[in-house]
Amino acid sequence: MAQASPLRQVRLRRVAYSGDPLAEPPPPDLLVALEPFRGRDDALVTVLQRIQGLYGYLPNRSVRYAARELGVPLARIFGVATFYNQFRFTPPGKIRLQVCCGTACHVRGAPAILQRLKETLGIAADQTTPDGLFTLQTVFCVGGCSLAPVVLSNGEAHGRMTPAGAEWLVRDLRAREEGRS
Amino acid sequence: MGTSTCGLAAGSEETLRALQAEVSALGLQADLKRTGCLGACHREPLVEISVDGTSVLYGPVGPAQTRELLAGHFALPGAPQPPQEWVLSRSADRRDYPFFAPQVKVTTVNCGVIDPLSLEDYLDSGGYAALRRALAMPPEAVIAAVQRSRLRGRGGAGYPTGMKWEICRNQPDPLKYLICNADEGDPGAFMDRTVIEGDPHRVLEGMIIAAWAIGARWGYVYVRAEYPLAVKHLEAAISQAREAGYLGSNILGSGLDFDIIVKEGAGAFVCGEETALMHSIEGRRGTPRMRPPYPAESGLWGHPTNINNVETYASVPAILTRGPEWFADLGTASSGGTKTFALTGAVRLTGLVEVPIGMSLREVIFGIGGGIRENRAFKAVQIGGPSGGCLPATLLDTPVDYEPLRATGAIMGSGGMVVVDDSTCMVDLARYFLSFTQSESCGKCVPCRIGTRKMLGILTRLARGEGHPDDLNRLERIAEIVRTASLCGLGTTAPNPVLTTLKYFRDEYMAHIHERRCPAGACAELR
Repeated sequence: MAQASPLRQVRLRRVAYSGDPLAEPPPPDLLVALEPFRGRDDALVTVLQRIQGLYGYLPNRSVRYAARELGVPLARIFGVATFYNQFRFTPPGKIRLQVCCGTACHVRGAPAILQRLKETLGIAADQTTPDGLFTLQTVFCVGGCSLAPVVLSNGEAHGRMTPAGAEWLVRDLRAREEGRS
Repeated sequence: MGTSTCGLAAGSEETLRALQAEVSALGLQADLKRTGCLGACHREPLVEISVDGTSVLYGPVGPAQTRELLAGHFALPGAPQPPQEWVLSRSADRRDYPFFAPQVKVTTVNCGVIDPLSLEDYLDSGGYAALRRALAMPPEAVIAAVQRSRLRGRGGAGYPTGMKWEICRNQPDPLKYLICNADEGDPGAFMDRTVIEGDPHRVLEGMIIAAWAIGARWGYVYVRAEYPLAVKHLEAAISQAREAGYLGSNILGSGLDFDIIVKEGAGAFVCGEETALMHSIEGRRGTPRMRPPYPAESGLWGHPTNINNVETYASVPAILTRGPEWFADLGTASSGGTKTFALTGAVRLTGLVEVPIGMSLREVIFGIGGGIRENRAFKAVQIGGPSGGCLPATLLDTPVDYEPLRATGAIMGSGGMVVVDDSTCMVDLARYFLSFTQSESCGKCVPCRIGTRKMLGILTRLARGEGHPDDLNRLERIAEIVRTASLCGLGTTAPNPVLTTLKYFRDEYMAHIHERRCPAGACAELR
């Protein structure tokens, strides 16, 4: 391990050069989340899931902190993070709308629902509305095939959906959100 | 009350709340129990009322119907009987409902019956008796019993389970791992989800028996992150099992030390492939590697690893309690037991069905599924998801078994069975599956990375009516390369939907190319 330390210093200097404020200590909640994994590289997926659980996405800076705290090259972390569909690098909207595009949903009209949602929200899949309220995503099968087509809002499943029903759902969710604020 | 993911999507939470309110409003002496999924998803939300051993199954029951249902069922003064069309079944085995009658439930026998979060319920149904029996036998005898049962891998490939265990047991390395593959990624399949949500202890029991047989120290369950309820039930079951001494050190005094860790997947279809799955557990990119060495020789962190699917492990307890011969006799000469299918699409009665291996597709789709919705015409059944194939009406008498299905160009697969009627275009369906495999291809090997993209390009062109007469030959040529040269199962099976639709529905491709017409009227650009 003695040889590993100069390498690590080189990496840190580079990070400092890029203007990254890693000189500050990581936020305490992140440190708590990383604690069980310090010095381990066998649980990277779990680590990233914890970070995303904290912030709803993977903020660039927290990934850099994780690299430093775990002693794992940044390239390897990003290699893993970009491989899996679950990880996001931009903050999600308040309400996550997921259109199931599994086989059963596809043959029962999911493409038309997705199209209608794109038009209603004015965004493409994997984008967030400018007001930060909705993020539109597609997912391959949530296992609700017998109620196809299915749309999820923040994990809550709405079965037997139609394009009109999806539009109504958006309106309902927006009204509820506005009523709350 | 069924409260699996499917029940929840149908509104069972609201019904349950209404039931709770009504039970106390009517002053009834009743326990409300949450169960998993009975499989009759087409009638969700389902409510079963049991009094002194006789039970009636009702569905669909919305919150508005709960008062009428309870008042009627318990014959409160002035209340009429609940309408007959609400009743699915009046018998305890539910065989009076045609959807259930031909089914044989082995792995899903408790789903929708017991409370999945209650260890007592599982024990009352005979749970962990198989484990006690196994621990009283030498490990070799357990393996021999599994071999006699003719249980084969339910993940789709169908490798004999007992043989796999034996290879792993015979490795000299003292540290062995066990993995339960619950990365059910096939769009259109939810068997594993149902079993884990509805009866998690059964899966654990199967894994512990396997650990005894093989000599494994640690087990992992790799679950899709898209299944939050399954993860929750699994983790609850594991901590209950630990507390009761079914997991941990010196399990039930046998000297077996074994514990189970849940790993959540992160949304990569290719991680259902065993070597990719192990890479993912190790915290790496989920790309597959060359086999051999097989995981049984060199798996997780280089140690021998036995990897089976949820349903395979869930079949094991019944083999030990009811005997390997009983299990073998359920199936065919080459494959014992039952297989669960997620029957969905254009069929009238959708849901989760468990049938003896060897039953014909016709019996499953028309006997259990009740035929095609809205009296439309049956066109094809898609089996095995993106790795499987589409079979036409002429092949409906094919038995659901590994070899006969493979002979048609489809595969048994993990159990997705999507029925399509004449409103679905086969070119579009092939394009759909290719777009899935193309986006899920990990990109490690060239045939899969480039080949799926090229095939998708051709299919997209065909669906737009811009096809070229030579396109079909080109498709077949690329499909052959992808099938033979890809590194893992994702690539080698990716062409199956294309090849089977080309084989059985070639005229539809021809219509798209030569007449610029979509016979099903599904391709938007050709309307």
